[in-house]
Amino acid sequence: MYDTVIIGAGMSGLAAGIRLAQFDRRVCIVEQHSMVGGLNSYYRLNGRTFDTGLHAVTNFAARNEHTRPLVRLMRQLRLDWDWLRLRPQYQSAIVFPDAILRFSNDPELLLSQVADRFPGYQDRVRRLFQSLLDYAQWNSPDASVSTRRRLAELIGEPLLGQMLLCPVMWYGNARPHDMDWGAFCVLFRSIFLEGLARPADGILRILRLLVRRYRQLGGELRLRSPVKRIVIRSGKAEGVELASGEVLLARNVVSSAGWKETLRLCGLPDTCPESEPRLSFVETIYVLNQPTRRLGHGDTMLFYNRTDQFCWQAPDGEPCDLDTGVVCASDNFAYQEDDPGVEPVLRITVLARYDRWAALTDAEYRVQKELWRQRIADVLDKYVPGFRAHVEQTDMFTPRTIRHFTWHDQGAVYGAPHKCRDGRLPVDKLYLCGTDQGLVGIVGAMTSGVLIANQYCLRDGDRG
Amino acid sequence: MTPAEIRSLIVEILANIVPDVDLSQLRDDVPFREQLPLDSMDFLDIVMELRKRFRIQIPEDDYGMLASMASAIEYLSPRLVREKA
Repeated sequence: MYDTVIIGAGMSGLAAGIRLAQFDRRVCIVEQHSMVGGLNSYYRLNGRTFDTGLHAVTNFAARNEHTRPLVRLMRQLRLDWDWLRLRPQYQSAIVFPDAILRFSNDPELLLSQVADRFPGYQDRVRRLFQSLLDYAQWNSPDASVSTRRRLAELIGEPLLGQMLLCPVMWYGNARPHDMDWGAFCVLFRSIFLEGLARPADGILRILRLLVRRYRQLGGELRLRSPVKRIVIRSGKAEGVELASGEVLLARNVVSSAGWKETLRLCGLPDTCPESEPRLSFVETIYVLNQPTRRLGHGDTMLFYNRTDQFCWQAPDGEPCDLDTGVVCASDNFAYQEDDPGVEPVLRITVLARYDRWAALTDAEYRVQKELWRQRIADVLDKYVPGFRAHVEQTDMFTPRTIRHFTWHDQGAVYGAPHKCRDGRLPVDKLYLCGTDQGLVGIVGAMTSGVLIANQYCLRDGDRG
Repeated sequence: MTPAEIRSLIVEILANIVPDVDLSQLRDDVPFREQLPLDSMDFLDIVMELRKRFRIQIPEDDYGMLASMASAIEYLSPRLVREKA
C-alpha cells in the first residue's frame, strides 16, 4: 500500500514525488515511457543530445531573491540553486511588421524600448507591471477576466498591447484567442519581470537531479508502466491498475496525465467539451556549424508576428500557421567559462493543429513534414538570413510526435484551454497536477507538483 | 525536552529549509517571517519535519503557534515531553 501513486514522471510528478518522499511518505511514480521528463525530456540523435522542447526556463531569479518562485521552489525541494546552473539570456526581441521591442532580464530595457517606440506609453507599461495580480490572488474573480480587454484599458495602444501579449501567449497560453488575466499576470511576470535563462547543460541535468533526489529519499520510480485505469471504489480513488494488470493500491492518486485524460482513466464522462482544436506546435531544430551571433543574430529569443492582428489559435485549414512563431538560439545565453561547450542550436516553433497531422498516412506525413520544413526554413531565413548555409544537422517534431510521447490529447503542449486550478477532480483522493492545473513552464510545472503534494497529500491526517 | 533543546532542534530544521541563511542572530521574540525568507509553504515544512521526527501531529489551527521561536518553544514544550527521539 502506497501513500501516494503519481501518474507521470514529468516535472510536476517528480516534484510532487520529492515533496512526499521527503517526509517519508511511501510514494511510487509510474511513467509510461522508458524516460522521465514528459514534455520536457531529451533524446539522442546522431550522437547529439537534444532537449525535446526547451527554449528557456522562465522565472529566472538570483539565488538571494528569496521571494521569487524559483527560489521558493528550490527551497521546497531542498535543492541548491547552483545545481540548476541557470544562465541568463542576453536579450530577446518581439518583432511585428511595424515595430520591434527588445527586452532582457532587466525590465528597464523594455521600458526604455517602449519609450523610444511608443512615446508617452512608458508609464502605462510601468503601471501594468504594478497592477499584475499576485500569485496568491490567482484564484480571485479578477483572475478570469479577459486579458485583451484588460490590456486595452491599461495600455490603450493596440499594437503595444499585442506586442506585450505575444511572448506571454507563446510561453504558456492554452486558451485560443484570449487569455485569463490571472494566467497572464503569472506568465508576464515570469517572462518580463523575472526573466529567461537556460540550464548550462540543458534539461538532462535537471531531470537527473530530480530523479536522484527522489530516489535518495526512497521514492520508487517505475518506467515503462502505462496506467490502464484508476481504481475507484465508492467515489474514492484507491490506486491504479497498470497495463500489465498489476494493481498499485494507494491512499492518494496524483495524476499529471491531463484533465480529460485523467477523467478517461477513471471511466468518467467528459464534462468540459472543447469547442476548438487545442493548440499544438511544429518545431524545427537546426544545429549550426558556427555561433549564431556570427550570423548576425544576437537575440536569445525572437517572437515574431507577421500580420496586423496577432492571432492565437490553432490554424484554420492548414496543418501549420506561420504567421507567428518563436526563434530560440540556444547559444545566446550568458554561459560561463567552465560550462560544457554549448553547440549553436536554432529552434523555430510555429502553431499547428493535431487533427491535420493525425489524419495523414505515414507516406503523406513524410511528404507534409518535408513541405513544412521548407516553408518554416523560408520564414526563419527572414529573421536569421543565410542560416541555411551553416546547418549541420536538422530535426523536426509535429503534434503527432508530442502526442506519442506525452499521451496528451491532440498533442497539446499547454494542455486544456480550461484549467483545473484547485487540482480537484470529481473523485475523492484523486488530484491533478501539471499543465492542466494551470501552471506552465518548468518552474510552473514543478511548483504545481509541490502545491498539490502540500495541499492534499501531506496535510491529510491519515498517516502516522 | 528542555526549551534549549527545542530551540536547537528548530534551528536545525530551519537550517535545512534555508541552508544559505545565517541563523546565529535569530531573535526568539520576533516572528520568523520578519527575520527569514520563509513563506506559508515553508511553515508546513516545519510542521512536517516535527511530525517526521517525533510523530507529533500539529493541527492546522495551531500552525500560528510556530510563528516565532518563543511561541514555538512554548507550544512544543509540553508536547515533546515523552517523545524524545
